[in-house]
Amino acid sequence: MIEIKNLKKQFNGNVIIAGVNAIMNPGECNLIIGASGSGKTVLMKCIVGLFRPDDGEVLYDGRDFLKMDDEQKTAVRKEIGMLFQGSALFDSQTVEENVMFPLSMFTKDSFAKRLKRVNEVLEKVELKNANKKYPSELSGGMKKRVALARAVVLNPRYLFCDEPNSGLDPKTSLVIDKLIQDITREYNITTVVNTHDMNSVMETGDHIIFMHKGEKEWEGTRQEIIFSKNEKLNDFIFASDFLKDAKEQRMADLLRQQQKQEGGDNTPA
Amino acid sequence: MLKGMFTRPENSKMYFKELMHQCVDIGVGSLGIISIISLFIGAVSTLQTTYQLVSPLIGKSVIAQIVRDTVILEFAPTLSCIVLAGVVGSKIASELGNMRVSEQIDAYEIMGINTKAYLILPKIAAGLITIPVLVGISMFLGIYGGRLAGQLTGAIPSEIFDKGLREMFLPYNVFFSFFKSYVFSFIICSVPSFCGYYVNGGALEIGKASTKAVVVSCISILFADYVLSSLML
Repeated sequence: MIEIKNLKKQFNGNVIIAGVNAIMNPGECNLIIGASGSGKTVLMKCIVGLFRPDDGEVLYDGRDFLKMDDEQKTAVRKEIGMLFQGSALFDSQTVEENVMFPLSMFTKDSFAKRLKRVNEVLEKVELKNANKKYPSELSGGMKKRVALARAVVLNPRYLFCDEPNSGLDPKTSLVIDKLIQDITREYNITTVVNTHDMNSVMETGDHIIFMHKGEKEWEGTRQEIIFSKNEKLNDFIFASDFLKDAKEQRMADLLRQQQKQEGGDNTPA
Repeated sequence: MLKGMFTRPENSKMYFKELMHQCVDIGVGSLGIISIISLFIGAVSTLQTTYQLVSPLIGKSVIAQIVRDTVILEFAPTLSCIVLAGVVGSKIASELGNMRVSEQIDAYEIMGINTKAYLILPKIAAGLITIPVLVGISMFLGIYGGRLAGQLTGAIPSEIFDKGLREMFLPYNVFFSFFKSYVFSFIICSVPSFCGYYVNGGALEIGKASTKAVVVSCISILFADYVLSSLML
């Protein structure tokens, strides 16, 4: 579980994160959503320690990350996997070397054992026969999958994904979303996803935090988002007429379903 | 930045592998250009010294002495290192800058790796190992180039050149040259590392950092050259 308390961050006097509180549970896809410039990426970078917050606490299963010394931070970071927006694959290394890198650095396993693990995770992300390819030879979707494989190869307890769908077509986005969801459930890890892809929100959002101008504006699940009366959230999520219609349609369907269920329950056995 | 480099390595084997990779990149990668430059520098030195020493009172073997000392004291360490500042310096700055911009450095940090120690220390260490070797090769090739040019143009026969090389030779000059090359190696690798590591922005900033790295390195080398010469000669 990751708990953030009153997290604040500003750059040159501009408040980017204004006292955010949240709890992110294991086995769930915790989504941070919001418009561009709302502070999602800064919030995530504060949580993982790439930015130092001005104030607040970041607790990894009760351990305050900001009060740790370098050695303790390194220990926590070994439990973190992160999928970056631009994949951040090491250009000079092949797919196999990229995925094997954390294993080579932090384990004393034999090459054969490491290779076995690499092939396991590459299979998990549905990327076979690409071991010897360089990042420059891969498509955007493949790069994301390699980055995801590298992020999970050490069996992390916490997985962070910064806009995993950016630059991907809707179908590939769904594949990446499903992979993240499957990995989260299978390994019971605390996953935090930073996104503004509405498909992701509706497909994977077990717990959603909506950021607006550096503040947590709304928090809930993907089911609750449909019925939310928060104007800013509705303006963001259902921005187009098409989505507004879809929302109304969905609400009507859910209400009908509920009424039907209630009617069924009232029927004597 | 330098202080942050000295921590216990997460895995010594991986650090050693990176050091070897950098040695090949910096050392072997620059061997060609250093060889060509050194040969021509020596050749031109011989021809120009011959052109200027026209007095019948000065023996031709003096030409070899002048070429030898100029190459050892100045051309091999300083000129080679200025060329290396361009070749190696721009490569280091743009490589680290690109890694910073494409979040590869962040990816290393998230894994719990000390990026200053893993990415910068091997570069500086590799520079300190390979650049003095390149300077040594440059000395040899520079003198050989001078000998070859003297022989080919008939300016100075090889036997006289070889005789001149042995006359009034001061081993201290070689020591001084290698001492300079160590100082320059550190400048060549640390200044671009700093410029590249702290890049903020995109492709334009990587280019700017690369140019800045080369300019600052070259000026620092010339300044260090002056200071060391005034202190040690």
